[in-house]
Amino acid sequence: MRRATDPQVGDLELAGLDALELPIAPRQSVAWRIWRATWPQLAAAAVVIGIWQLVVLSGVKQPWQLPGPLVVGERLLSDLGDSRLLMAIGTTLRRIAVGFGLALLIGSAIGIAIVRWQFLRTAIASLITGLQTMPSIAWFPLAILLFGLSEQAMLFVVVLGAAPSVANGLIAGVDHVPRLLLRAGRVLGARGFEAYRLVILPAALPSFIGGMKQAWAFAWRSLLAGELLVIIAQQPALGVRLQLSREFADAAGLLSTMIVILVIGIVVDALLFGRLDTAIRRRWGLLEGRE
Amino acid sequence: MSATLPVSAPAPFEVLTGGGQQPAISVRDVHKVYGPRGSHVLALSDISLEVQPGEFVCLVGASGCGKTTLLNLVAGLDKPDAGEMVVRGRRALLFQEAALFPWLTAAGNVELALRLAGVPRHERHDEARRLLGLVRLEGFADKRPHELSGGMRQRVALARAFAQKADILLMDEPFGSLDAMTRDLLHDELERLWADARFTVLFVTHDVREAVRLGDRVVVLTSRPGRVAEEIPVDLPRPREPGDAAGAALVARITTRLREEVRRHATRH
Repeated sequence: MRRATDPQVGDLELAGLDALELPIAPRQSVAWRIWRATWPQLAAAAVVIGIWQLVVLSGVKQPWQLPGPLVVGERLLSDLGDSRLLMAIGTTLRRIAVGFGLALLIGSAIGIAIVRWQFLRTAIASLITGLQTMPSIAWFPLAILLFGLSEQAMLFVVVLGAAPSVANGLIAGVDHVPRLLLRAGRVLGARGFEAYRLVILPAALPSFIGGMKQAWAFAWRSLLAGELLVIIAQQPALGVRLQLSREFADAAGLLSTMIVILVIGIVVDALLFGRLDTAIRRRWGLLEGRE
Repeated sequence: MSATLPVSAPAPFEVLTGGGQQPAISVRDVHKVYGPRGSHVLALSDISLEVQPGEFVCLVGASGCGKTTLLNLVAGLDKPDAGEMVVRGRRALLFQEAALFPWLTAAGNVELALRLAGVPRHERHDEARRLLGLVRLEGFADKRPHELSGGMRQRVALARAFAQKADILLMDEPFGSLDAMTRDLLHDELERLWADARFTVLFVTHDVREAVRLGDRVVVLTSRPGRVAEEIPVDLPRPREPGDAAGAALVARITTRLREEVRRHATRH
């Protein structure tokens, strides 16, 4: 008669069962985790550079067309100490920040409107997906006609390229909120706006972040394409540098700038969105057994 | 509540219940139909049921008896097609899955319920921890649902239901997915909490042992359509023990009744 005589026994049993049922997470040192996360990337980079060197050594292309990794590396080092490259990076980053920020606002607003009002979904949801398949470069002639060779033209295309991904991420997230959670929210009394704010949007967050990540890639690509076409005087930008390097047949400079573009793209994707994504998945317990 | 209070609800219940107390839940001649006209399924037919305040009533039935349908009606998630339904008090509903929000901690889940129940911000933190203490989870306030075991999640869900200031707890096979040992301990827990606070419970289960272990009364439902076949009072002293002989006899009796009901459907095709 355990409960009848001593209620404390029941509590102890409950506490014991709780302790036994909790998973035990293996501890790993920070250095080991960093090494495990980075060595495959370092290895992949080494392989790519190795192939590049082999192609250069094979002599299919002239050295002035395709310089080797060493030459480009030296050029990159000297460029990084050059204020013109830093200014170009600054201009491009400022543009992407504004463009991506606008895309985020507009995409979220459209996404929310579409999940809220069914007729809007019927009307424009497929149009938005269609917009995503349109290559951003195809917008530039129109953008230049509308806005001239200006920052607005670039922003226009960046927003058009990125906002649909943001909207789609949000819509997909809301569509896939588990019915059980919706029901739990209703039972707790979350109705209308509160249901969106407290249950539906938080539940849609992982998908929304996925949409943001994709939007970043589209925005970055659209902007660089735009900077090749829309060259504004006194405004050094990464795209402009590519174009000028080609005109002066400066292959080492061209490749050095390309590496900068690639690295920025990867760093923002991995450090910003990748981390955000991992943090959320860890909170939700979706990474169990994968770490 | 006393019998002299002015009553807006239908009067016949006064007569039916005999005593002066208003039932917490009264369901009278309720019909519920699913599907389009012509090919519809009658889920509940002429169901009548009363639950007194502070009473613990278990609903058992085989598949297709409309247990969950009935619970959804009482919870206000669905509307009956015919009949009367009066519920006096705030309701909270617990499912077989804990249905915790994975982006919130255990305490966060309870605080969300408090917020939706209109509890002011500065009171929520302490109140959530007090409620988690009731289900013996004070040490797990900052854990996320995936860090807790199934039984612990279900206890957080229980704390969340208490946060709704509910006096009527509607439970839909809440321990159905737990292992036997955890379930036994949670029966003890639920019984203790109920003995302390005396809320009303309508508990749906397909497990006859569980129904006899917990209920003041076991209501046996027929299947397709769901009707009340029999109401069996469980006059066993509390706190109850799972192995009790009188309880076992009652379990056997109800099980036999349910099997008859299942057999009845075998001959209908």
